[in-house]
Amino acid sequence: MKGNEALVRGAIAAECRAFFGYPITPQNEVPEYMSQYMPDAGGVFIQAESEVAAINMVYGAASAGIRAMTSSSSPGVSLKMEGLSYIAGAQLPCVVANVQRGGPGLGNIAPAQGDYFQAVKGGGHGDYRLLVLAPWSVQEMHDLTVLAFTLADKYRNPAMILSDAIIGQMLEAVELPDKVENCIPQKPWAANGAKGRGRNYITSLYIAPETLERINLDIQAKYRQARKHEVRYQEFMVDDADIVLVAYGCMARICRTAMKLSREKGCKVGLFRPISLFPFPSERLAELAAAGKRFMVVELSAGQMVEDVRLSVNGAAEVDFYGRLGGIVPSPVEIMEQVVR
Amino acid sequence: MKKIFGRPKALTDVTMAYCPGCTHGIAHRLVTEIIDELDVMDHTVAVCPVGCAVFMYEYLECDTIEAAHGRAPAVATGVKRCLPDRVVFTYQGDGDLAAIGTAEIVHAATRGENISVIFINNAIYGMTGGQMAPTTMLGQHSTTTPGGRQQARAGYPIKVCELLSSLEGVTYAARVSLTSPANVVKARKSIKTAFQRQIDRKGLSIVEILSTCPTNWGMTPLDAMAHIDKNMSLYYPLGVFKE
Repeated sequence: MKGNEALVRGAIAAECRAFFGYPITPQNEVPEYMSQYMPDAGGVFIQAESEVAAINMVYGAASAGIRAMTSSSSPGVSLKMEGLSYIAGAQLPCVVANVQRGGPGLGNIAPAQGDYFQAVKGGGHGDYRLLVLAPWSVQEMHDLTVLAFTLADKYRNPAMILSDAIIGQMLEAVELPDKVENCIPQKPWAANGAKGRGRNYITSLYIAPETLERINLDIQAKYRQARKHEVRYQEFMVDDADIVLVAYGCMARICRTAMKLSREKGCKVGLFRPISLFPFPSERLAELAAAGKRFMVVELSAGQMVEDVRLSVNGAAEVDFYGRLGGIVPSPVEIMEQVVR
Repeated sequence: MKKIFGRPKALTDVTMAYCPGCTHGIAHRLVTEIIDELDVMDHTVAVCPVGCAVFMYEYLECDTIEAAHGRAPAVATGVKRCLPDRVVFTYQGDGDLAAIGTAEIVHAATRGENISVIFINNAIYGMTGGQMAPTTMLGQHSTTTPGGRQQARAGYPIKVCELLSSLEGVTYAARVSLTSPANVVKARKSIKTAFQRQIDRKGLSIVEILSTCPTNWGMTPLDAMAHIDKNMSLYYPLGVFKE
């Protein structure tokens, strides 16, 4: 099935019971499949009037204690930034999928990875981060979406699936589990009607600076926990590698082939694929740097994740970059040629 | 001796921070009286706006959600669709509903969301110090229309009830004021209808309450009330626009 459909199946399997979305290429299949699967599962589907409305509907459903999700692509995700800041500030769980396309502005509908900064550094205002997962296969579009709901509930923070037009649109075989074990926590804080308890209120407004500082410190503490427990990555042939390619999502697949082609040419190349973009696998990269590796970061952008790789190695290793823009996707041969040079 | 009047149970025992002469106090009171009368407090969810009523959660005993500016109808939609048996209402000012939130209210209305909308129209932006609102009247002074609102620069004021009444998903639209006991009684009746229609799943209800802002109008509380009767009600006529 298509990556976009697997994303939907993963959400349903994770007991997401509310989807609010808006059409935008290349993720139109997501609201389309959701319009069928979500009501079939007894959940709520609305095609909202805009991506702004959709993220605010998610905010409402999440406030009421429901697992809720929205999806979009780059320009539409920009529209959600206000809502995501509010969701993070109110410490609510939700999942957002970004099937990236060419930008900035209206860009085009070809694949890109230009939203890394927006996703990982927080495109909305304030000191918050998203928990970001980057699938590189249709299987991961399913499995990482399930994980995203788990993480969102665990940390009471929005989680993002950062995908792209290739992963969203490609067709691959998927193994769908018969049943997913979801340990959905109790949500005694939810605003769902104060029967038998005092009132709850969901807010990100804290007028007293002392209170807002405390809330912010609580939120930062969650991110410290996430950095300890939720780092995920995959390595290929790094042990004897001189050069380690660093890439995520579709570029990681292309780099894996480039790695093999480079090996055939006699170059000792490995691949490091971050799966969690926040929290970033900084420690492992620092280890590889200390072991004498050089890095080449490959992205469909002008260079965004490369900054986090540089921060991770902290001057201990050479970090080169190769990227293409505008939706141009380099071939493995093109990458291999860069490596060999 | 029989007790015939008191604080509604749904209204907290907290001193309100609103200005002297502000009709938010009366509006909050009427909404909470209706919540008591319909006995729905333990399954009501209120969605508060950005504006002076951003602190409304301090005054309500029911669950409350603070929405981003203008987004309350979308937030309310998220809650109501997931938990359809809860009573969900939004309480919004003129900037929240008729400026930044125009898309959200129009689409919640046209979808016929079973929510109740309390729209506080005081023709000015109170919280931020008196700038023009979409409902500021022509010739009315505001800090961003010095010399009075001119149509050439700032366009015409919006008549929200009239606008929303054209949408099929709207089951009830009424404009009321709070300038006299008689008007307060009518307002209360409209608010009750707005909540009852939700319970009966008839669609979206909106009660537009012409409200005072003595501070930013530069008037005394009594003059402000008179201004609604003598001026605002001429442009924004009271009445039921859809039922």
